[in-house]
Amino acid sequence: MHATPTIERILRGTAIALVCLFFMFPIAWIMLMSIQTNETILRVPPSVVFAPTFENYQALITGKLETAAGTLEINFMRNLWNSLLLSTSSVALGLVLGVPAAYAFARLKFRGSEDIAFTLLSFRFAPPLLVLLPLTIYFQQLGLANTYGGLIWVYQLIVLPLILWIVRGYFEDIPADIEYAYRIAGHGFWATFRRIALPLAGPGIAAAGLLAFIFAWNNFVFALVLASADKQPVTVGALAFVTASGIQYGQVAAGIVLSIAPTFALALYAQRYLVEGLSLGAVKG
Amino acid sequence: MSLELRNIEKAFGKDTVLDGVSLTVARGETLVLFGPSGAGKTVLLRLIAGVIEPDAGAITIGGRDMDGVEPEDRGIGMAFQNFALFPHMDAFANIAAPLTARHQTKSAMRETVGAVARLLKIDHVLHHRPKELSNGQKQRTALARALAGQPSVLLLDDPLRNVDAKLRFEMRLELPRLLKDQGATVIYVTQDYKEAMALGHRIAVMAGGRIRQIGTPAEIYLSPADIEIARLFGDPVINLLDVRPERGSQGVQVRLSDQALAIDAGFAAAIGRDCVLGLRPEALRFVAEGSPGAIPVEVETETPLNEKTVTLALTLRGREIMVSRPAGTPGPDHGRAHVAVDAGHALLFDRASGARIDPAAPVTPSRKEAVA
Repeated sequence: MHATPTIERILRGTAIALVCLFFMFPIAWIMLMSIQTNETILRVPPSVVFAPTFENYQALITGKLETAAGTLEINFMRNLWNSLLLSTSSVALGLVLGVPAAYAFARLKFRGSEDIAFTLLSFRFAPPLLVLLPLTIYFQQLGLANTYGGLIWVYQLIVLPLILWIVRGYFEDIPADIEYAYRIAGHGFWATFRRIALPLAGPGIAAAGLLAFIFAWNNFVFALVLASADKQPVTVGALAFVTASGIQYGQVAAGIVLSIAPTFALALYAQRYLVEGLSLGAVKG
Repeated sequence: MSLELRNIEKAFGKDTVLDGVSLTVARGETLVLFGPSGAGKTVLLRLIAGVIEPDAGAITIGGRDMDGVEPEDRGIGMAFQNFALFPHMDAFANIAAPLTARHQTKSAMRETVGAVARLLKIDHVLHHRPKELSNGQKQRTALARALAGQPSVLLLDDPLRNVDAKLRFEMRLELPRLLKDQGATVIYVTQDYKEAMALGHRIAVMAGGRIRQIGTPAEIYLSPADIEIARLFGDPVINLLDVRPERGSQGVQVRLSDQALAIDAGFAAAIGRDCVLGLRPEALRFVAEGSPGAIPVEVETETPLNEKTVTLALTLRGREIMVSRPAGTPGPDHGRAHVAVDAGHALLFDRASGARIDPAAPVTPSRKEAVA
């Protein structure tokens, strides 16, 4: 190997810098906005020199939004809690349902298994609004509208196909002989599933769970239509910052920072699994 | 425990893999399943293990019908060709897998695993994960796992295939004793005829989803059912020469390089038919010119092969034949020489069907009809 030419190094560095700038700038800008007041944000021209303030975060946490028109009650912490509850329960339910199903699709080639698996995937093709209109009516009749249970159910449309297809690829990657060997050694079907298949597909299950969590967390339209204020997640709750007296950019920014923090931290922590899970899930399946 | 297969059939889609296989293995016997890849050997093992179901036929182990019996309830130990070790468990846990199923105490388990690991010389790597083991150690771990549960039926699927030549040689020597000590009924799959000859009490030769011949190693070697089996067993490979038996002065004879060679009178039924004469290289020997039955040949090359020396020679008609003799004994290494044939070991095959013609069988055309 010979040394990389200087010109190539410079070009590569520039390209990387551009990509970083493109992806990181919005996040950095939002973080800067979240510690400014509306006045400093709306200055023309914008400046990065300002006196930082934490009153946006304070307003979010205490739930009292000071605007020109007076004090407004907002329920942002409640929204954050809803997001956490909805996403975690959806992913938990999705894993409980999806992992055994993925195993069945991977190992037991029953009649129509491919069609069923594809149908589940096809839920992701339809625009959510298409599903939502009839769903709203049904939910109201069934009394599921504006309940956590109903929302978690609808969220399965997002998390279940994802979990199913990624985890299925992982199960298919496990040589069947390894499971046969455990069976022959005297262990039953369920013991083999639990002690061989599950641990070996562990990274895939973790990756699928993480991705599903992020997708569920970022969902907007299902909760917007099917839930009222007290059940809404942050994505919908952020709408409250569009007030009669204008848009509270500072609070919006602070709200965004708070709402992306959990997924951001999760993604950073589990980056390795995510990339592995995505590439494997994409190639296999 | 004894094992019996009756008319086993298995197809995957339109591919018939096993086409009416019947087999009985006595208690404590080692039966080698020998055949080229795709013959259905591995599928047969899996059917016995119960991880796949036959389309038709019955499997009994120790007199008990195995239909609907789950793999974990069959009392079988199996070593896979690809080892199939549990990658997330160390060697100890791998070997102990048949014991954990029986809820043995920790100390009993340690004792059993330790004993079998010492036997297979892997006791120093018990805390290693499979990926930290060499191929030979993996193979021994897989074997240890199969043995640890002291199964009454042991299925070994070409366990020496993926190990180096030295270890294969060692294991070929060790395995018969090991299997004997175990006392289990063993089915051993291999594609290596030397392994088959060294390990099997009997050998079942499989091809195309059927058992073509079953017998002791000596029977398979000395009386192969057809040309293909004769070719598969033996190194160097058997000499096959096209001949047409004729009536001679002393009964039946064939012509080799214009020399008449008297063969067993039992071959009379083959007179006038297109046949193939099979001569093992060790059934040929170099003789002085003028000896009775001496066939002139041109010596091409000589290859020392450990305990024997193999000479490649050309007959007058340019047909290649191989002659083997014990290493160290004198023989020509070039030029003109003469070869004599030990006619007692000559095999005769029907050229069209490839089937061996048995000189001891009743010499009537009606024999085929009688069998049918």
